[in-house]
Amino acid sequence: MLKKLALAAAAFLAIAAQAEAKDWSKIRIGTEGAYPPFNFFDSDKQLQGFDIDIAKAVCDKLKAECTFVAQDWDGIIPALQAGKFDAIFASMSITDERKKVVDFSRPYYNTPSAFIAAKGSGITDVSADALKGKTLGAQSSTIQSGYLEQNYPGFELKLYPTQDEVYLDLASGRIDALFVDKVVGLDWLKTTDGGCCEVVGKDIPLGGGVGAAVRKDDADLRDAISKAILEIKADGTYDKLNAKYFPFSIWID
Amino acid sequence: MNFEVLQEYGPRMLAGLVVTLELVAISIVCGALLAVPIALGRMSRNKLVSRIAFAYVYAVRGTPLLAQTFLVYYGAGQFRPELQAVGLWWLFKDAFFCCVLTFTLNTAAYQAEIYRGAILAVPRGQSEAAMSLGLTPRAIFRMVVAPQAMLLALRPLGNEIILMIKGSSVAAIVTVFDLMGVTRLAYSRTFDFQVYLWAAVLYLVMVEIIRRVWDHLEHRLTRHIRHA
Repeated sequence: MLKKLALAAAAFLAIAAQAEAKDWSKIRIGTEGAYPPFNFFDSDKQLQGFDIDIAKAVCDKLKAECTFVAQDWDGIIPALQAGKFDAIFASMSITDERKKVVDFSRPYYNTPSAFIAAKGSGITDVSADALKGKTLGAQSSTIQSGYLEQNYPGFELKLYPTQDEVYLDLASGRIDALFVDKVVGLDWLKTTDGGCCEVVGKDIPLGGGVGAAVRKDDADLRDAISKAILEIKADGTYDKLNAKYFPFSIWID
Repeated sequence: MNFEVLQEYGPRMLAGLVVTLELVAISIVCGALLAVPIALGRMSRNKLVSRIAFAYVYAVRGTPLLAQTFLVYYGAGQFRPELQAVGLWWLFKDAFFCCVLTFTLNTAAYQAEIYRGAILAVPRGQSEAAMSLGLTPRAIFRMVVAPQAMLLALRPLGNEIILMIKGSSVAAIVTVFDLMGVTRLAYSRTFDFQVYLWAAVLYLVMVEIIRRVWDHLEHRLTRHIRHA
């Protein structure tokens, strides 16, 4: 009797385990598509950027067929949880707040953040004391916006759904300075619209790097992605992609 | 109920609620002031005036409020040197002002149609009877047509206010921390769907208050035509 029960339990566990181990031969990847040079749509409406290239390289390692889904930034975590896609490769910084609701792979890059202001603004020091009375802007739901809220209390903060809108309002002068991932900001400064402005003050390192986010119950996918990230770093794929976009390494050990 | 989130974001959401009420109240009142001349323009015998009024109503009612808000807010940003030259940039720099301006222009078109419809719905016999008493056209409008038209406009006007309360949430997209703006912020920090539920309840309460006030107003204003 006991034997039978044990057998039944074993069989049940085996089935449960099978149901648990999902098939990751097809992975749907969510990204924003409005954050050059990390993820954006090119003129042919194709997704491009460092996040996208890394995701593709990871998929190659996992021998998985990947499809990309573009999703507004504000809704990207809810969409992951709702099962609209399985992993987020969207320059999402690993933060404690986000870790409460999603799991992150190991980071695949890390860049500092910086303030950008109009040329000739006279801003050199970006401490809260020096910037007193200025209007600051950032994309909402980002670590940059969280940092401003925490460290610049009492300031007029303007938060925008996309990074493009932050740029627009800096160019028009509605905000005195914006706070953004430095690499992203430098990319904009190279454009015609970005000609108005420059990086001010020193770099500010934030967060523990950028990782791929997955649902909490997909630990197997998380680990597979982490492993693949280390593999593409080891075989040189990562460095090649890094060099395609940036003249300096953004890898984080 | 997540009391931690409520404690942290509850007061901010109430502050957002006040911003929403300000947005709607200012826009509805300014819109009404603008709507009366537009409605009269629509009914004018002067072809040019009526066509301009029609074109305005047509364009505003035919485009989404969101697009209008973006157009005013980011459009004004593009014309900063020109606006500075005429000394208006300080106004357009402010997101709240841009929203009030857009909402006022938007609701003016809708309200104009409401007033026009109401004026036209007053039976012709009323003004004919007044005319036979020798009243001047101005007096007929002021004492006979307008009071009856206001009664007919009451319900659709209540509707318009309700639509404006909900529509005002687009202000959140252009950095105004109205009820929706604060809710989005709270959600992005907490990932707790409850905050959207609270926001929905607050919008519902505002609409319910309007509904009750309107019921009461209508009940009171129609007491002369109710049969005991």
